[in-house]
Parts: sequence; C-alpha cells; structure tokens
Amino acid sequence: MVKIRIYVRRRVRTSLKVKIVSASLSTLAAVVAIVLMFHVLGVDPLYAFNRIYMASLGSYYGISETITKSIPLLLCGVGLAVAYKAKVWNIGAEGQLLMGAIVSGGLALFTPLPPQLAIPIIFLGGFIGGALWALIPAVLKAKFQVNEVITTLMMNYIAERILLYLVYGPWRGKEVWGFPFTSRIPSYARLPVVPGTRIHYPTLIIGLVSAVLLFFMLSRTTIGFKVRVIGESIRASNYAGIEYSKIVILVMIISGGLAGLAGAGEVAGIQHMLRKGISPGYGFTAIIVAWLGNLNPLLVIASSLLIASILVGGDAIQISIGLSSAFINLFNGTILIFLLLNYFLSEYEIIVRR
Amino acid sequence: MPLVKLKNITKFFPPNILANDHINLEVNVGEIHAILGENGAGKSTLMKILYGMLQPDEGEIYIDGRKVTFRSPRDAMKYGIRMVHQHFMLIENHTVAENIALGMRTSIVNPLKEVKRRIREVSDSYGLKVDPDDYIWQLSAGEKQRVEILRALIDDVRILILDEPTSILTPNEVEKLFEVLRRIRDSGKTILFVTHKLKEVFQISDRVTVLRKGRVIVTKETSETCEEELARLMIGEIAVNGINSNKSNYSGNGVVLEVEDLHVLNDKGVTAVKGVNFKVRSGEIVGIAGVAGNGQRELVEAIVGLRRAVRGRIRILNRDVTKASVLDRLKLGLAHIPEDRIGAGVVPRLSIVDNILLTRYFEKTFTLNSIIINYGKIREATREVISRFNVKASDISMPASTLSGGNIQKLIVGRELSKNPKIIVAVHPTYGLDIAASSYIRRMIIDAGNKGAGVLLVSEDLDELIEICDRIMVMFEGRIVGEFSRESFEPHTIGLLMAGIGGG
Repeated sequence: MVKIRIYVRRRVRTSLKVKIVSASLSTLAAVVAIVLMFHVLGVDPLYAFNRIYMASLGSYYGISETITKSIPLLLCGVGLAVAYKAKVWNIGAEGQLLMGAIVSGGLALFTPLPPQLAIPIIFLGGFIGGALWALIPAVLKAKFQVNEVITTLMMNYIAERILLYLVYGPWRGKEVWGFPFTSRIPSYARLPVVPGTRIHYPTLIIGLVSAVLLFFMLSRTTIGFKVRVIGESIRASNYAGIEYSKIVILVMIISGGLAGLAGAGEVAGIQHMLRKGISPGYGFTAIIVAWLGNLNPLLVIASSLLIASILVGGDAIQISIGLSSAFINLFNGTILIFLLLNYFLSEYEIIVRR
Repeated sequence: MPLVKLKNITKFFPPNILANDHINLEVNVGEIHAILGENGAGKSTLMKILYGMLQPDEGEIYIDGRKVTFRSPRDAMKYGIRMVHQHFMLIENHTVAENIALGMRTSIVNPLKEVKRRIREVSDSYGLKVDPDDYIWQLSAGEKQRVEILRALIDDVRILILDEPTSILTPNEVEKLFEVLRRIRDSGKTILFVTHKLKEVFQISDRVTVLRKGRVIVTKETSETCEEELARLMIGEIAVNGINSNKSNYSGNGVVLEVEDLHVLNDKGVTAVKGVNFKVRSGEIVGIAGVAGNGQRELVEAIVGLRRAVRGRIRILNRDVTKASVLDRLKLGLAHIPEDRIGAGVVPRLSIVDNILLTRYFEKTFTLNSIIINYGKIREATREVISRFNVKASDISMPASTLSGGNIQKLIVGRELSKNPKIIVAVHPTYGLDIAASSYIRRMIIDAGNKGAGVLLVSEDLDELIEICDRIMVMFEGRIVGEFSRESFEPHTIGLLMAGIGGG
C-alpha cells in the first residue's frame, strides 16, 4: 500500500508565480462555491453577479459607496496592522471607534466650537477618545501582564453600552421622536463630501496619509524596527534593550487613536449625529482587513477597498434580489474564507510525498 | 550483521553544497560510535537523514539488515532511533514530566503519576539527576540535555544520536554525561556520538568514523588510532595553528567594569550570585570558569541589565549602572554575546541586515536624528561583518533563519565585536564552531582587547580560557573561589576548584 503524506511548510519567500497561481486558484474556488450557493437558492448566478458588480464597482454610485465604507475600515485596519506587527492583539477597535465617535460627537453637540476650528478639534477629540480607550488595556498589559485579547474585547461592550446609555438617556435629541439618536450636529461641524456621494474626503485623506506614514514608520524608522523585533521575539528585544512596555503602549495609542478617528469620521461625515448602531462592526471587520493586507499598511488600503466592496455588494443582493440578511452573512463569510485560502496558499507550501 | 547500515547516502543542498557524498557507515549493536568532523563536514546532515528529518537524494538505510525509508522522525522513532539536538525540543512553559508525557502512551487518569514514576525509575538506573516537577525554563542547558536523554530512554531507545552533546557542558558535566552514556551502552543500546573534539573520541567511543567535506575518510577502532592521526584525517592538509598571543600590556589602564558585592537571584528565587567582586581593566581579558549552573548566567544577566541585582553595585566606565536599563548600558559601549543565540541573539525571521541593526539601532551612524534608519549604512556594515567573519550568506536581505547555526553564531560575534565596544561580555563565543572559526574568533577577541576593550569571557572550555585570558576566576556555587593570573594558570587546580574541591 502506498501511503501519501501531506506536509505544510511556511515559505521563506513567495515568488510572483506562486502569488498569481494562488490568487487564481482561490478566485476560481470562490466563484464555484458562490455559483453553487446561488444555484441552491434558485437565483441565476450570472444575474446575481451582475447585480453585485453593478452595486459595488460597476457604477459610479457603487464605487462611491465602496470608497465611503472603506474609510473606517482603512483607519481601523492600518492601526491594527501596526499593533499586530508587534503581536499586540488589539480586538477592541470597535470600542475605540465608538469612544472616538462619542467624544467627537459630544464636542460637536455640546461645546461652543469656533466654526473654523470645529473640524480639526472634532478629529483630535476622536483620536484622543479612541487612544484613551486603548490606553487602559495597554497599561494593564504593559504593567501587569493582563492579556489584552480579553480586555480589549470586553471594552468593546462597555463602549457600546456607554453609547446606548447616552443616546437613550441624557444625550437624546429633543426632536427625534423617541429614536435613540442625538440631535444633529451643527453644519459647520460636518465634513465636506465629494459632490453627489457620501465620501467625506477629509477622513479618507487622513486614512491614506496614515497608511503611508505607518508604512514608512514600520520599514524605515527605529520605532518601527522595535515594533518588528518585539513582534518576532520578546527575548531578543530584551537583549537588544528595547523597552517592551513603551512599544506596547505606543502601538495601542496608534491603533486606538486611528479607530477613534474613524468614529469621528462616521459622526461628522456620515451620520451627523450620534445614534445606536453607528458602526455595523467596522472595528471587527477591520481585523480581517489588517490580516488580508498582510499587516502591511499600504496593502491595507487595497484590502479595505476589497472588503468594503464585499459589504456593499452584499447589501445590494439583499435589496435587489431580495435574499435574506442571513444569506448576506453566508455570502460575505464564504468570500472571506477564500480570501484567507489565497493568503494560506501564498504563505505556505504544501508538500505531498509518497 | 550491523544494526545500522548506511549505503551511498548522498545529500545535495542547492545551489552548490554537497553535504553528504556517497556515505557508507556501519554501526554495531552496543557500541558508542563517534562521528568526528569539522563544522560543515556533513555530520549533522547525515544524522538528520538517519533520524528522518531529511531525505537523502540517493542511497539506502538498513536497520537490522532490512531496508527502511524514513519520511519523518516519526518513522525513525518506530525503529527506536532518537536524536538529541544541539537546540532542545522542549516546551519551556511546561514541567519536565509534562514534556516527557507528550508523545507517551499513558493512562487517561492522572497520567503524570505514572510518568513521574517512570522518570524516577529510569533516572535512578542510569544516574541521570532530574526533578520531574521543574519547569524547563528554570533548567540550565546541561539539565535540559538530561531531560532529552531521559525522554529517549523512557521511550525505549535502541539507537541514541547525540549531536555535539558536550558543547554546552562543563568538564564536570561532560564527565557525568560520559558515565551515563557508558551505562546506556552497557545496557545494550547503541550510541552515535557526533563531535568535533578529538579528546572526547578517546574518552568515550569504541569506534570512530571521520567525515571531511561530506565524505567518509575512515572508520576505525578507537583503540587502534591516536589523536594526531585523527586530527590529520579530520582537518586534511591544513596544520592546526596555535594562537599567537601577541597581547599588548594593559596594566595601568582604567577599569571599564567593576562588580562589587553583587547578589543576584535565579529564576527560582534562590540567591545564585553571592557577593561577587571583580574589576576588568581596559585591554584585559578576564575569564570566568565554572560548571554550568554555578551562577554564571545570573552574573552575566545582571551585568548586562537583564536581571536585577538584589545587593551590590555594578559600574561601567566608572558610572554606577546597577539600576540602569539594558539600553543605557549598550549605549555606554557594552557588547554582549549571549548564551542563547537563536532565542535572544538574533531574530530569525527578520533579515540579516535587520539582525545587524539589532544592537546598533540607537547609534548615530545608522540613523538620522535616531528616528529614521539609514539602511544604506547598515547594509554596508552587514557586508563588512559577513566578509570579515566569513559568514556564509548568499543574500543579506534574506531572513537570518536561512543561515546555519554556526553562521548565525559568527554573525552575532561579528556584530558585537565590530561595534568597537568598551566592554565585551561573551558567553561561550566559540561553542559549536570548528577549529578554524574558533581560533579566528579568539583572535578577534584578543584584537578587541588590544584595541582597548575589557573582555569578560564566560566559557566552559578551559582550554579556551587558558589560551586567551589574562586572568581566570573560578566560580562555584555563586562565589569566586579562585583567581589565577596568566603566569600561574594551573589547569589541574582550576579543575578542582570548579568541582568545589580545595580553595577558600
């Protein structure tokens, strides 16, 4: 009898050829799986694909919506990429985004901001809100070795409850007829958009600039070098005199602050108020965005667009084909699985021996 | 019929390394068979092939006269083959008993009880002292090795492969290991003993096979050969050079490192360094001799800043650094060649260039305002280290993990010595290297001394200490129990002191 053994081994380097082959294989597999899913539901796959494409990338409106949704994913994603590079597992971008939204929303609603400075102050408030929320688990980890996965995750729920308390309670607007909304923020506190779209470009520009700066920081600065060393080997970082706690706190401030900026952007650019459900889980989806971008801030620009297009496409089949929201989750999840397959195939090699 | 027969084993590593070239080897039941050769002779490759970690390009393996194919160590283990590597395969956060229980068939209910019973049984009968409840991270290298051997014995090993087992041991521990190995052999098991040290071949082996450049040069009964013959066969044409100690005079130079009444705890919270005092002057090479586990590790870690001193003072260049961070000490001109090279000395997945930067990222030469890294300069420095220290690396932007163990070591030593340090703390800097590389590194350490660095050399190789040190201190149970200056080195007395005999 011939025994076949399968080994999996991490590649030292991935060649372009491997990248192309793995991307094509994963895409093909994804298309087959999704065609089957549509087929089972009795929907013409070609029609469905057409709808998805038109809604996300095939029309001016679709592209603009994709970009709009990519903004919070980009801001949260690049921050998380830096934290994960240091193997600091911040799962709390969602909560940090919400705290950024609360602080910036509070500033816009309740403080007499000078109109010319309103937007910078709102962004600054968002950054500080998110960064402070991230600082709590960061200090707990750096000083007392408390596992950040648990703390950051739990603090998401605390942030969400604080938001709910505010919009149901003291901050609820007078003319919102019982909805869990605040009043609308003054117009000078609202972000400008690209005409005819919802793209609040100041936030987008901040996101793109952050991605470039963080890429530069990771690859070309001593701080980035320390982040990379800590992520690979804490013992080597001790040996090299790198102060672990400082770097942990720094990456948490960066990722929390950027998530907070995303929150500020949603409040000042999209909703123009604080409300229940201000984020449909952008902070969680950004975890996938960061990994899909291989923790490289420049690639995160692309991965945030890709994931945003999937979100927008998912919304479209819900509306235009009338499939249930459960199916949308199934659809999005399937696509993510195959995206991860691509990552796996390009990072690892599979060896079959007889 | 031989127990193991290797026939025409050939292994090629692209692009141009022929590690094993048609190797034929026969190993008999119940013998200790030494595999002797320099670094890069192909010893480890051959052993990895026998252990199933590598697959030969050509050739056959026979066990008990039957042809076998090993696709992984698991296959080899089925035939009772076990290998103890230079780098241990133990889980640091688990206890000895838990590590041994992994991969063992045990009862489901309270399995550790049975495992501990087996550990005691086997360790008693072979004289291997191990506490099953110790955590691996608490153990010295020598103790970890004992755990690995114990694990093999509990697994009913038939053929035990030891890859350079003495390179991490002190003379005393070597003697203990050899006793254990003799007992293992006498119980009918077979041992393959990989080494590049001639002395050990005569101390322990029954037969010896010499490898050079991937080929078998000869297999002989150990009793029918002598050191000179084996040295010639192993090294080939090149003669063994003694070191030329053209050392400059350091007396009257300033003190660069001063340790005063130093007390340090070990990982178990026990005082491991008990009131140590010494000074190292600029240009002086001071050796610390001692059996592993007598406080050397804790002493070194306290000096470099990785461990807190509970009492006493440490001064670098007359500055009190007792409470200073590692970084502050590095900035003062401290270089540290650590004991644990793969774990601490390099970051395997970062590039070779980044690994040169590892202890130099704060230097003005390599950064702009100590923020932006000047990679051009770092690459230049990397190429220099690689060529000066003969590191075999094809591409400096590849991860350090692509280098062999010996080359990683040369990279670390090269990085630390080329910093022009004021103080060098080196922990067995030549461990595992071949004769040529070792003597080159010793020469570089002497050079560093001549350029004005003070060197603290912790080594378990007494010959090495005697060769290059101006002064040797013997450490035993956390104290300095003897001190010898170059004119009065006495290996015999030093050895006794290391064992805790004699002295004050």
